[in-house]
Amino acid sequence: MSVSVAAPPRAGTLGTNASRPDGIAKVQGGFAFSSDMWAENMLWGATLRSPHPFARIVSIDVSAAWKINGVETIVTADDVPGVNAYGLIVQDQPVFARVGDLVRYSGEPIAAVAADHPETCKRALEAIKVEYEVFDPVVDPEECIAGRAPEIHPHGNVFRHQRIVTGDPSVTGDVVVEGDYEIGMQDQAFLGLEAALAIPDSGGDGVELYIATQWLHEDRKQIAACLGLPEDKVRLVLGGVGGAFGAREDISLQVHTCLLALRTGRPVRIAYGREESFYGHVHRHPARIWMRHHATRDGRIVKIESRMVFDGGAYCSTSPAVLINGITHTQGPYKCDNAVVDGFAVRTNNPPCGAMRGFGVVQACYAHESQMDKLAAACGVDPVEIRLLNAMETGDKLITGQVVDSVAPVEECIRATAAIPLPPDLPSDADFRDIPGGSGRTADRSHIRRGIGWGVSIKNLMYSEGFDDYSTARCRISNGVVSIKFATAEVGQGFVMLAQQIARTVLGVDEVLLDTIDTQVGSAGSTSASRQTWMSGGAVNAACVAVRDKVLAHVAQYNDLDAENLVVDGTEIVDIRGTFRKPVAEVIRHLEVDETAEYHHPPTEDLDENGQGNCHVAFAFVAHRAVVDVDPELGLVKVVQVATAQDVGRVLNPLSCVGQVEGGIAQGLGLAVMEEIVVTNGKVRNPSFTDYLLPTFLDAPDVEAVFIEEFEPKSPLGAKGVGEPPCISVTPAIANAIRNATGRELPRVPIRPYDVCL
Amino acid sequence: MQIRVTVNGVEHVSDVEPRTLLVQYVREALGLTGTNVGCDTSSCGACSLHVDGEAVKSCTLLAVQADGAKVTTIEGLAGKDGSLHPMQKAFMENHGLQCGYCTPGMVMAATSLLKEIPNPTEEDVRIGLEGNLCRCTGYHNIVKAVLACAGK
Repeated sequence: MSVSVAAPPRAGTLGTNASRPDGIAKVQGGFAFSSDMWAENMLWGATLRSPHPFARIVSIDVSAAWKINGVETIVTADDVPGVNAYGLIVQDQPVFARVGDLVRYSGEPIAAVAADHPETCKRALEAIKVEYEVFDPVVDPEECIAGRAPEIHPHGNVFRHQRIVTGDPSVTGDVVVEGDYEIGMQDQAFLGLEAALAIPDSGGDGVELYIATQWLHEDRKQIAACLGLPEDKVRLVLGGVGGAFGAREDISLQVHTCLLALRTGRPVRIAYGREESFYGHVHRHPARIWMRHHATRDGRIVKIESRMVFDGGAYCSTSPAVLINGITHTQGPYKCDNAVVDGFAVRTNNPPCGAMRGFGVVQACYAHESQMDKLAAACGVDPVEIRLLNAMETGDKLITGQVVDSVAPVEECIRATAAIPLPPDLPSDADFRDIPGGSGRTADRSHIRRGIGWGVSIKNLMYSEGFDDYSTARCRISNGVVSIKFATAEVGQGFVMLAQQIARTVLGVDEVLLDTIDTQVGSAGSTSASRQTWMSGGAVNAACVAVRDKVLAHVAQYNDLDAENLVVDGTEIVDIRGTFRKPVAEVIRHLEVDETAEYHHPPTEDLDENGQGNCHVAFAFVAHRAVVDVDPELGLVKVVQVATAQDVGRVLNPLSCVGQVEGGIAQGLGLAVMEEIVVTNGKVRNPSFTDYLLPTFLDAPDVEAVFIEEFEPKSPLGAKGVGEPPCISVTPAIANAIRNATGRELPRVPIRPYDVCL
Repeated sequence: MQIRVTVNGVEHVSDVEPRTLLVQYVREALGLTGTNVGCDTSSCGACSLHVDGEAVKSCTLLAVQADGAKVTTIEGLAGKDGSLHPMQKAFMENHGLQCGYCTPGMVMAATSLLKEIPNPTEEDVRIGLEGNLCRCTGYHNIVKAVLACAGK
C-alpha cells in the first residue's frame, strides 16, 4: 500500500502566507501615500466650510482674499463648469453651496482657494466674507418622518422608506421581548488623511488625479460630470491609501482639487488635517431601532417586528442602501417565518453619513443580538442554546423571501467559538494594568465583576438590489514576464498580495508584476461590501485562466499534444496522459499573450413594496464571544478576550485573514465602549483624536480566532470576503457581556462609563 | 532661523520659520515623506522619529528645537546597503501592517522601546507603544513583530 502525502502549497500561492508586495516600501517609508504626492510648480489648495449646520448664504465676498500675495485662484459654485452636484446614488450634494442657497451641515464647502503655500491658503480662507441667514437645524429624524420639519432639500427629508412584510403578520408568540436601541455615530478614523494631487493636461482640457479612494471609476464618473468633461479626459491614479473602511467611497476633495488645477493650469494638492477630515467624509449612520421578538415557550422565533430609523445627515450618499442592508438583516442569522419591519433613512442637518465597515448590518445586529439575550432570559434558556436553537442553515428563507443558497455554517461558528477556552479568572492580586481603568489605577479589584456575552451575525457580500458591480482584470505575458492590471483599490486589505497569489497559482510562475492601479483598465467596483476577494479575485482568476489556456494551446500546437491533457502542475506544464513536462518559465519566454476578463456576480433584484425579492448575492456568518471585566461603581470596562469563529469559505492567506479579524474586532470594540462622534444641534463636538477615542494597544483584547472553511461553490475561489463580519457582532457581544456583568439594560452603544455606573 | 541638524547621518543647515514643526521640516524641506501626519494633536504617533536616539512625536516639536540634534527618520533605519533593519523585517514577516500609514511611526517607536527594554514582555510592548495608533491590525501582529525582533 502506498501512502501519498499532498505536497505543501508552493510559496506565494493561494493558501500560503504570501508576503505583501508593498511591504518593503511600507516598512521603509518609501510607499507614496496620497499625502506624499508632489509635483513641480505645485500649488496648495484649501476649502472654506460653513460653520452653521443650517443657513442660507446671503453673500460671499472674496475680494479681500484675492488681494493676498500668493493667492492664485478662488473658486465658488459659480465656477463649477459642469453639474454642481455629486453623490453615489443620488446627486444631491453641491460641490459648493451657492449664494441664495442653503448650507445643510456644519462643514459644508463654500469655496476653495489655491495658493503658493498652505499658510497663504489659510489666510485667504479667513479673508473670505460669507454672510449667512442662520436657521434652527433639523436634527430629529422623527420630525422628518412625521413631516413636521421644514424641508431641508428639494429632494425631501426622507431618503427612503421601505417595509418588509412576510408570512403572517398577525401571528403572536408565547414569549414576547422588546427593546428600543440606539447606535451612536462612529467614524472610520483611517489614519491616512484625505489628500489628492491634480495635474492639469497641458491643453487645459483634461486632468489627472492622484487620489486615495475606494472606487476609481465611480469617482471619475462623478468628477467628470462636475467638471463638465468627458470621462476620458479625467484620469485617476490610485495614490497610496492609508485605510478606508467606507470613508473613501464618497467624493470629498476630488472635484475641488481638479477644479483648482484646471483653473490655474498648475498642479494642485489638497491635504486635510484631522479636524477637516471629520467634516470631509461621511460617517456610520447613527440609528434608533425598536425590535420585538415573538417566540415559543422554548425559545423558537415565531415573528420579528422592528422599526429602524437611520439618520443620514444632510446628503444622500449611500443611505438608501444602508437602510436596505439594515432592514433585510433584521432577523440576524436565525430562522424566522413571520416579520413586519419598517425602515426609514432620513435627511437632517447632522453630518452626512454613508458607508462604514458593516454597512447598516452593524446597527441591525446590535439590536437583534441584544434581543436574543433578552429572549434567552425570558425563556430561561442559555444565550448559546437560544442561538443554536434558531440558527439558520443553507436553504432557509430570509424575511425577504430570498433563499440562503450560500454555505451557512451558523451552528458550526457558534460551536467552534464556544469550544475556545475562556480566559483564566482575574487573579486576586492582578496587576493594576490588567483591571478596568488600567494605569489610571482607579478600579478596586474587589468591585470587579466579570461578564460573558455573545453575538452572532449574517452579512451580505457584494452590492445588492440589481446592481452589477462587476470587476475587470488584465493579465499579460510579455518577454517572459507576467503582469496583472486592475483598478481595484488597495486600501491596506492586501488585494495586491492576493492578485499575485492567484496568478502564481494559476500560471505556475513565481514572479508576478502588478501594473499601476488606475482608470486605464475597466472598473473593479468598490473596495467595500467584503467584495474584492470574490469580485476582483474572480476577475484576476478569469484573466489568468484565459492566459493559461492560451499558453497550453500554444504548447499543444508546437508539441503535437492535446491541450485538454495539459495542466499547470506547480511551475511546470505537464501532459497528464503522456511524458511531456516543461517549466512554465521556459515556455512563456517568447510568448506574447494579453487577456482581459470581467467577472460578474449573478444578478439580483429590487425589493417590492413588501420588501420581498432576491436582493443580495451571498452571505457570510460569524460568531463572537466577549469576556469583560467591569467596575460597576466607576463604569470602567476592560474587554479581556474575544473568541470568534468566522465563515470564510476558504482561507487564501492565513495571516491576512487573522489581520482582518483582529482589526475588525478592535473597531467593533470601539463602537461598543469608546467611539462616538458627539453631535449637538448639528455641530460636531469632538473632531480630533484627543476627543474621539480610538482603541489603543492596551484596549485591544486577546483575540482567539478560528476559521470555518467550507468551500463556497458560488465564489470563484471558494472564498468569502472576510473584511466586514469581524466588526459586526463583536459590538453586541461586548454589550451583552457588560449587561451580564452588571444586570443593566444598556440599550445604547457606545456604552459610556456613566451608562454603567449611574 | 538657521538650524543645523543631522538627519539620517547627513548634516543640513536650513533656514526655517520659528513655527515650523519638525515633521513639516523633514517632510517638506527634506522630502523625507516616510514620516506621516495622522492627527495634528500628538495622539496617533504616525509622525514618530528619533531625536538623539529617542522616539518623539515630531508634530510636538518645533524644527528649531532639533537644532544641533541627530535625527533619524524611517528612511535612515535600514543599513547603508539597503538591508532592512530587523524591526522592519519583523513587521513584514509578522503581517504587522496593512495600510502601512502607522508603520513608520510604529517601527521608530518600537526600536526606541527595545533600546530601553531589550527583553520586553508583551505588556511592556503594549504600554510602550500605547501612544501609537493603528486602525487596521488590531495591534496583535505589531506586538508579535516587536517581540519577534526582541528574539522572543
